[in-house]
Amino acid sequence: MPVKPSFSSEIVNLLYSAETNPVQSCIQCGTCSSTCPVADFMDHSPRNIIALIRADLRKPVLSSNAFWYCASCYQCTVRCPAGIDIAGMMYGLKRYSMWRNHIRRGTIGADFSRRFARMILKNGKSFEPALATPYLFHYGLRTFLYDARNALALFMKGRLPLFPKRLKRSARFRGVLNRIIPMGRVA
Amino acid sequence: MKAYSYYPGCSLEKMAASYHVSTMEVAQRLGVELKELEDWNCCGATAYFHVDELLAHTLSARNLAIAEKTGLDLVAPCSGCYKNMYFTNAHLKEDPDLAEHINYALQEDDLQFSGSIQVRHLIEVFVRDVGIDEIKKRVSSPLKGLRVAPYYGCQVVRPQKDREDVEHPRFFEDLLSAVGATPTDYPLKLRCCGGSLIVTNRRAALTMVRDLLQNAVDRGAQVIATVCPLCQLNLECYQRHVNREFGTNLSLPILYFTQLLGLAMGIPAKRLGIGTELVAPAFALAR
Repeated sequence: MPVKPSFSSEIVNLLYSAETNPVQSCIQCGTCSSTCPVADFMDHSPRNIIALIRADLRKPVLSSNAFWYCASCYQCTVRCPAGIDIAGMMYGLKRYSMWRNHIRRGTIGADFSRRFARMILKNGKSFEPALATPYLFHYGLRTFLYDARNALALFMKGRLPLFPKRLKRSARFRGVLNRIIPMGRVA
Repeated sequence: MKAYSYYPGCSLEKMAASYHVSTMEVAQRLGVELKELEDWNCCGATAYFHVDELLAHTLSARNLAIAEKTGLDLVAPCSGCYKNMYFTNAHLKEDPDLAEHINYALQEDDLQFSGSIQVRHLIEVFVRDVGIDEIKKRVSSPLKGLRVAPYYGCQVVRPQKDREDVEHPRFFEDLLSAVGATPTDYPLKLRCCGGSLIVTNRRAALTMVRDLLQNAVDRGAQVIATVCPLCQLNLECYQRHVNREFGTNLSLPILYFTQLLGLAMGIPAKRLGIGTELVAPAFALAR
């Protein structure tokens, strides 16, 4: 019988292009948490998340909001005395939770990222309005009115893109991505 | 004349068009030729890496392979694009298996990655390749007495790429001093603007924007200079929202470093895209 890998080793294996050391080398000093500009918003600090992963506590890690608050500023990564790419680990957790469809209720980060990926597969370029509009009402009426005003101001200044740009060789571009992972008719 | 491949990135096509036009104006004055990359695609930003790392590297690899055909180093004015393409270039060079996999896919577009060029950020090209002394020589109307907060943000300096100082970089200050401005010393110059959290976690992003702006204002800044279109958007377009949420009274113009360089070189404000801001830079419009 093959042995099923532990949660902590699964997470380590996700980070194939992360920099340097695996989470096992963490010394639990808390530099990451104290340096993180969004730690106050997280239910588990980055240090805590690493401790939970090492204890193989899959559920509290996957139901945490911590990695969806990570804006990938890499402050933790450059300061970690054990040389762990903590921001890279947060990316890994985002991917893992999406693959397993283990998305915390009320999290729009996963939906946003998927939408973004679909847009790039289709057009090859980003089109900002299509990314932001699905969430216009997410933060309530006041924020909606604010955002609408902002969009109008940008439009008046000629800064609001109205049409998505496309690649010249978009079919071949999709052909490239399809050779990596055949995506069927996703885009 | 130094020549480079130029990767504008999605934002510079519209929302940050002023960054593009000011880059072109200033580059020309500095004898830097920027040749736009043919049929480039999105770098994947941060969001594509949330979904799939291999595909995200493939996006950057395609751009790198197109640039390799020109034989010129690739320059990006956006910090996110720079970071993504820099690290894809590095990973593919270090990992032949990964390169082989991606090269198999790139055959579909008659492209191959070989790792023959470097990826650079625009500010790095100006500071290192052109040089501070050379820039000083082109200054005709120095920004005397203007207190400018250099905003590095994240990805120009982090994660560490080459030998740059990730804790106390000084190159942006040196550049601003070279054009006659007074760089503001403020502790949050390397702090994140919130990035895409402005869409996905609004409250957290607004808090980050507030902290940054307040810190720069408290230290006497009259304008913030940025090197990234997303930093510019977050810091500028959400000021009113921050004021409403936190009861602050912030009104700080956010300009691209290229616009300030251009003003110091005597290029008319309009040709630098100045006038399209949501927080009007009165000092610049008066020039």
